[in-house]
Amino acid sequence: MNKNLERLYNGLWKENPTFVLMLGMCPTLAVTTSAINGIGMGLSTTVVLVLSNMLISALRNLIPDRVRMPAFIVVVASFVTIVQFLMEGFTPALYTSLGIYIPLIVVNCIILGRAESYASKNPVIPSMFDGIGMGLGFTVGLTLIGIVREILGNGSIFNVTITPLNDFHITLFGLAPGAFFVLGCLVAIMNVVRKKMEEKGKPLPAVQGCLGGECSSCTLSSACTGKSLVHQVEEIPPVDPKDVAKPQAMADAVKHTANAKNTEDVEKSGSDSSYADDDLTGKEEK
Amino acid sequence: MSNLLKVSSSPHVKASEDTSRIMLYVIIALLPTTFFGIYNFGSRALLLVAVCIITCVLSEFLFEKAVGKKNTIKDLSAVVTGLLLALNLPHTLPVWQAVLGSVFAIVVVKMLFGGLGQNFMNPALGGRVFLLISFAATMTHFEYDGVASATPLAMVKADASVNTLDMLIGRTGGTIGETSALCILIGAIILILLGVIDLTIPGTYILSFSIFILLFSGRGFDIDNLVAHLCGGGLMLGAFFMATDYVTSPITPLGKVIYGICLGVLTGIFRVFGNSAEGVSYAIIFSNLLVPLIEKVTVPRAFGVVKAKKPKEVKANE
Repeated sequence: MNKNLERLYNGLWKENPTFVLMLGMCPTLAVTTSAINGIGMGLSTTVVLVLSNMLISALRNLIPDRVRMPAFIVVVASFVTIVQFLMEGFTPALYTSLGIYIPLIVVNCIILGRAESYASKNPVIPSMFDGIGMGLGFTVGLTLIGIVREILGNGSIFNVTITPLNDFHITLFGLAPGAFFVLGCLVAIMNVVRKKMEEKGKPLPAVQGCLGGECSSCTLSSACTGKSLVHQVEEIPPVDPKDVAKPQAMADAVKHTANAKNTEDVEKSGSDSSYADDDLTGKEEK
Repeated sequence: MSNLLKVSSSPHVKASEDTSRIMLYVIIALLPTTFFGIYNFGSRALLLVAVCIITCVLSEFLFEKAVGKKNTIKDLSAVVTGLLLALNLPHTLPVWQAVLGSVFAIVVVKMLFGGLGQNFMNPALGGRVFLLISFAATMTHFEYDGVASATPLAMVKADASVNTLDMLIGRTGGTIGETSALCILIGAIILILLGVIDLTIPGTYILSFSIFILLFSGRGFDIDNLVAHLCGGGLMLGAFFMATDYVTSPITPLGKVIYGICLGVLTGIFRVFGNSAEGVSYAIIFSNLLVPLIEKVTVPRAFGVVKAKKPKEVKANE
């Protein structure tokens, strides 16, 4: 599959930020009282995500590793400010109903997570598609939750009242607990669908971890539930570049333990496997 | 290994009590309250009681069928949940809302957490609070003799005078089962005589609540006010039938006391300082959430085990 298409598919389905990675829960639970709010929040996050992914990816060789977090935040915050002013000017109603959650896009886990785990290691174009995929995945998730909550909690959909349902709305779904119920049910449905697909003999590729299996350098590693088996295999010695440099006998043993494909992965990722390594190579070059 | 053979250490106790027997006792104890509610509010109350019980049993049956679990409707716990939920509803509530509350109580509060014994919150109260938040208007609309009226508790809060004798007997507006303190007390005596509940939780609950009301209600030592608070609202029903739910109350002796005091103080805070006149259901489900913590810190010392002494501080001898 084309790499860019693969990023889109990844964001929309395989690693959907809302239903699979469970990232950005704060806006997900707080603003999805209606479908319009869900779409508005999702799209504004998408715009910020795409732009910040592109800029961070373009600057990835310029940003010193130690200050990458502040640098990412500054980039993201600039775009959020632009989006905020645009929304205040052109969609004042949406701006008021989203309220504090627009400036809070700055600290949205999805945006920082993608910057940290993808954009800062990959070229501009794939990063852009990664941003589009993740952003649309987020938008779809928020809109779905918003639609369900609006129908159940308010008896309307996209602000259009559904007449027979209007008398039967359940206020709870417009409040915070309703958000948890709807999210939980949608995640459960999604898991059932994924399981069915796997049983049908269309095995979904396992969630690969955000860096293509390289979780050790990821800041979200401790909290991440999407860790793949791949990096567990990689924890076998060969990750250390010193071992790769050792005599043939050692390398043979390594090849016996890990299968060929994994050793390839390891060699590929060996050069940029962790920030510490990057630092070392940088110094050597100097 | 067959299920018939259970290996355990002594002492061996053989008793005829099982879940369905205890649930049956609870249903019997609730009968006076139920009958009085139906007498008091008419056929609409009977309809709600029937709808809630049938919906609860049916949703437990269907849920267990759907997820392939063992059928447990024979233990009667769903009947008790449905009955308690119905007793906690005003008789004017639309039927579809009662159905929704029953489904919520059984499916979300009870079955999703693993069924009887695993629920962290009293299912009937979970259902009631769900309805209270979702349909505030219909859930707080009370009629008595066809006339919309405030509950006695709301009148107490508004400093209006109430007839405490009517409140004791139950000739007032309110939810189906909460009005008659007398019938609830008869049920409670049945439960205590049958050994289903003991007095620790309701006792500490009512005692701490009374002290709280005397201290903080701003009326000083006013017995009428205290009796109105005790007989009004869901306090009696909650104290004897819902706070004592085996699954969601502590089992340690000290824990029961702490739990009762929590209930009393919380109910007092909600009633005296809160916006609404009633606070029993929120106090109980809130304390339900504290139960695991309470049990953790009140594990009793096993017989013969000496309490570990703190190492004495080393004096200046050395």
